[in-house]
Amino acid sequence: MGQVTVTLNVNGRNRKVTVEPRTLLVHALREQLGLTGTHVGCDTSQCGACTVFVNGQSVKSCTLFAVQVEGDAITTIEGVAKDGELHPVQEGFWEEHGLQCGYCTPGMIMASIDLLNTNPQPTEAEIRDGLCGNLCRCTGYQHIVNAVQYAAEKVKA
Amino acid sequence: MTSPTLPKLIGARIKRREDPRLIQGRGTYVDDIKLAGMLHMAFKRSDIAHGRIVSIDTSAAEAMEGVECVLTGAQLAEFLGPMPILTPFPAPPHYAVATDTVRYAGEPVAVVVATDRYVARDAADAIQVEFDPLPVVVDPDRALAGDPAVLHPDLTNILGQTGSNIALYVPAGTGFDPVAGTVDNSAIDAAFANAEVVISQRMWNQRLVPNAMEPRGVVAHWEPGKDTLTVWSSTQNPHTARNTFCGLLGLGQDQVRVIAPEVGGGFGAKINIYGEDYVACAVSRRLGLPVKWIEDRSEAFVATTHGRDIVADLEIAAKRDGTILGLRVKLIADIGAYEMLLTALVPTLTNGMLSGVYDIPAIRSELYEVFTNKTPTDAYRGAGRPEGIYFVERGIDMLARELGMDPGELRRKNFIKPDKFPFMTQAGNQYDSGNYEAALDLALKNANWEGLKRERDAARAEGRVVGLGMSFYVEICGIGGWEHASVTVHADGRITATTGTSPHGQGHETTFSTLLSGQFGVPADRITIVHGDTAMVKAGNGTLGSRSQVSGGTAIMNAGEKVKGRMAEFAAFMLGAEAEAKADELEFVDGRIQLAGTPSIGKTFEEVAAFAYMGAGNAAGAGMGYPEGGAGLTDEAFWEPAGATFPFGCHIAMVEVDRDTGELAVKKLVAIDDCGTVVNPLIVEGQVHGGLAQGIGQALLEGAVYDEDGQLLTGSFMDYAMPRASDLPRFELDKTTTVSPHTPLGTKGIGEAGTIGSTPCIVNAAVDALSPFGVTHLDMPLRPELLWRIIQGGAQ
Amino acid sequence: MIPVEFDYERAESLDDAIARLAATGGEGKLLAGGHSLVPLMKLRLSEPSSLIDISRIAGLSGIREKDGKVEIGATTTHHEVQQSELLRRLCPVVPEAAGEIGDPQIRHKGTLGGSLAHADPSADMPAVVVALGAEVHIKGPGGWRAVAAEDFFQDLFTVDLGPDEIIAGVQFRPLRSAGYAKLHQRASHYAIVGVAAALDVEGGVVRSARVAVTGASTHAQRLPNVEELLAGRPANAESIAAAAAVAGDTLEDVNVDLHASEEYRRAMVKVFTRRALERAAAR
Repeated sequence: MGQVTVTLNVNGRNRKVTVEPRTLLVHALREQLGLTGTHVGCDTSQCGACTVFVNGQSVKSCTLFAVQVEGDAITTIEGVAKDGELHPVQEGFWEEHGLQCGYCTPGMIMASIDLLNTNPQPTEAEIRDGLCGNLCRCTGYQHIVNAVQYAAEKVKA
Repeated sequence: MTSPTLPKLIGARIKRREDPRLIQGRGTYVDDIKLAGMLHMAFKRSDIAHGRIVSIDTSAAEAMEGVECVLTGAQLAEFLGPMPILTPFPAPPHYAVATDTVRYAGEPVAVVVATDRYVARDAADAIQVEFDPLPVVVDPDRALAGDPAVLHPDLTNILGQTGSNIALYVPAGTGFDPVAGTVDNSAIDAAFANAEVVISQRMWNQRLVPNAMEPRGVVAHWEPGKDTLTVWSSTQNPHTARNTFCGLLGLGQDQVRVIAPEVGGGFGAKINIYGEDYVACAVSRRLGLPVKWIEDRSEAFVATTHGRDIVADLEIAAKRDGTILGLRVKLIADIGAYEMLLTALVPTLTNGMLSGVYDIPAIRSELYEVFTNKTPTDAYRGAGRPEGIYFVERGIDMLARELGMDPGELRRKNFIKPDKFPFMTQAGNQYDSGNYEAALDLALKNANWEGLKRERDAARAEGRVVGLGMSFYVEICGIGGWEHASVTVHADGRITATTGTSPHGQGHETTFSTLLSGQFGVPADRITIVHGDTAMVKAGNGTLGSRSQVSGGTAIMNAGEKVKGRMAEFAAFMLGAEAEAKADELEFVDGRIQLAGTPSIGKTFEEVAAFAYMGAGNAAGAGMGYPEGGAGLTDEAFWEPAGATFPFGCHIAMVEVDRDTGELAVKKLVAIDDCGTVVNPLIVEGQVHGGLAQGIGQALLEGAVYDEDGQLLTGSFMDYAMPRASDLPRFELDKTTTVSPHTPLGTKGIGEAGTIGSTPCIVNAAVDALSPFGVTHLDMPLRPELLWRIIQGGAQ
Repeated sequence: MIPVEFDYERAESLDDAIARLAATGGEGKLLAGGHSLVPLMKLRLSEPSSLIDISRIAGLSGIREKDGKVEIGATTTHHEVQQSELLRRLCPVVPEAAGEIGDPQIRHKGTLGGSLAHADPSADMPAVVVALGAEVHIKGPGGWRAVAAEDFFQDLFTVDLGPDEIIAGVQFRPLRSAGYAKLHQRASHYAIVGVAAALDVEGGVVRSARVAVTGASTHAQRLPNVEELLAGRPANAESIAAAAAVAGDTLEDVNVDLHASEEYRRAMVKVFTRRALERAAAR
């Protein structure tokens, strides 16, 4: 099958990727654009390690073909910190030990940012429910919850 | 050499230095590695659980554009022998790719090497395999009887039997003489003869899928002309990987470099060195090109070793006052189709844990390991210890219920008392130290045990299904032999240390730099910890069995102490004229090396470091003297604990079961963990949290379920339930501190603790909740339907 | 996992999509959010020769009120449904059920039309549209037609939709007194059993009830015996308990899997019928 060229805006820059129609967005990001911070942890859309933003909303980039997001704005974990300054959620993950092996972390951070975008002052239960699209095997989630609470506090202050 | 001093930063909540790269997507995992000319592998796997390979048609795959080569197991076996294992017992030959018979669904039968990951997958799917099916063994009881088939008919096992599915038989306990191989049952028989009450229960510690979030992966790069092999592997122990690669490929340990880059979790399953790793190395060497293989999650479910899966027929003999007289157990471990690196060892650790935290005067266990047509088992977080503790703690809980005693008081009555340590249990382990009553008391206090009982009783009176559970655990850490470290103070005063432990989330860079920072009196940000690279780290045994702080941390401090001693000699030499300073009177504080009590007499750390690298020749040229022993500040240490350490703890849980649906919610979980001296509480809490979640996952959600054809029914996250944030309560942690005599800092290890204690705690709580319905035991996972049936009064 | 090769086309309009679909001779599939289809393609359980992306067709997405009815366009995402102020006000069961689907990331891409067309036996929205008595609006080469939701779902992954037809949206008369209750399968978060109940209550009396179940059998379907027992009864706990007690008694082909036996599923149909009715009555 032929290759197609897809134009995207990734982390604020216009980029072109040449892909097969079946190329998953996560593979285009990782292998063509070198944005390897987005990970693949499953093949059935459960784990959320591949979470990126498309037009400001969290999505699982392993369940999208690159051709589907033609012209869209993509944000990956590499684009979250601005001008060398960590996003409050990133800061929360660092301060509260919200990660261990780090593999789920980029997706978890993206999902957490999305959660706070929708609900800036979530309860603990809302945080736990809001992260139901992301699996972490290391942390038991408690420090992740703390990290999101840290970010919510910081944004409020 | 001066004796190790306690670094002053111990006990501080220091945030991790690993995190800035990981929270910005800048970590490098195996799949992030790209080399020029790199080829991609994909495996064709058996879709049946047991059968002979009649034919493999690779022609369609080979015809595909971009396919470099296709190799069947038989073709690979021409240049790749059976895989090595590290256990000393008889084991069947196991080729990386099946040569004539497949013994579990998912076993590789051929490999495709192609220019692109997508093409490799297409080609693997195009391979046609014809099998002659054989009867499938899934039930371990039937496996024991060789029914309906024998997986390895040519194997002569440890009992001298051929034509058996018994891989290993190991008795243990009172009256077992491991040298003579004899078993004297008089003590255990007497215990049961004198018993006033006997508890007897079959229990199953189910099969689990480890599911590190990063699936496995390998990049192998053979460089022709240099004749060196570099391998990036998602492994917990790069040196073991290197050694086994060398063994199987016939290469020297100087020719092979194994790098464990960022590793996305392991949980024991990345201790093993896998067939795919060997194939990648062999294929790269054959083709002279780098080769990558990355496991899909669907593959991981069948291709990465599983954990646990052991049945116990447990009996406890006791007096009516709660005194335990004896414990007898028959264990059957379903190890799957083959023996991997440590497969046979893991269940033997269960044998050793059967005394729990209790002074049990007579123990008899008999362990059978059997082959079945399933994915092989190997270490999974806790590796043998959670199984043993689960059986004991369930048994104790049943005894408390039978006797109408408070589960805490029954435990207290049978604890090994603090003054009896070191204590040799009848199960054969010598515990280093312990104060179990202190942990129990703190747990009872923190949980408000009596208050919880009233809360439970009040809830029951309202018709709610609420239960309270307690468990006590002890585990073995510091096993896995020696560990190696090196420490170098550079001429600019910065420090590089290497460790043979190999982290995959445990934060060694933070913890070990904290230790050295305290030791040398310099900020941690001037220290780099190097790990996971056999070319940079001379030797190591990896990160497993909660050994890294105990063995790796001590090795680092010992190497550091040697360098510090040498550095003190340089400083003393520099200061000698003005202060007649002696090396052993110098302290390393705040970036200075100075005379204790007279801080004005000293040099900066950098000045001393620079002088150490000046060398006698340059010093002489500058008209200066130089101390004996020559230039440089670098040294190393091997360290092995004199004995294993035994952390312990007490967990208490409250659960509520939905009367209508059987869904169980954990309402409260209090964990007291005693891992000796805590270096970094933040990291220790993280380890406990993760362990608790995995233990609760086993109790409530997880389970590898096979059908009678040997097909894994829970083969994806669609059916295998992993704990999510919303499945868990906020854990309430606390600690007691009982130092280990085996480690200079008194550390004991914490990596697996939470996993061990939480599982029986939750099941005990669930049994308590359902006890009004006549239940005394439940097998895991506690699926809603199981609990609902009990509430309905139906059969379990 | 990686899908097999396929052609990708983007449709500009509904008619364009229909023409393109027809041109594939039954081998093509529509792609909107792709969150039912793409996972199957990755596991190579679905291998369409081409995908026709309808996600950007103007007017196919959105939630509108018109002539006392609510229309939801086929490519409206679950997230948009969940967040819709209009629906929360007029017909809260729909956003409630949408919020039970998958997880936030899935809801951002998954669409109502996709969920209905795919007709997974455990999907949530089919039960809701059946309970609301929605019409499914379909366009094909022969023009428009409307099918009652309860007739649309026919069997396992089988719906009343021709190979060259497209769901354009659903339309229903909104009502507040409807609820959805679901027993989650703990791994996938699909419904082991999900029940949507819609009550037409006047003066404290149930004039009529529509109750639909998903997860329990091959496809979403009504529970007529429950509905009959409720009609004309006071909207109280007693009537609800009596009606829920017969829920599922007439169900055939009850699903059996690792997560639930037939007996358990049947029992859960009763439990979640009661819960859904309680929610409906409380609104």
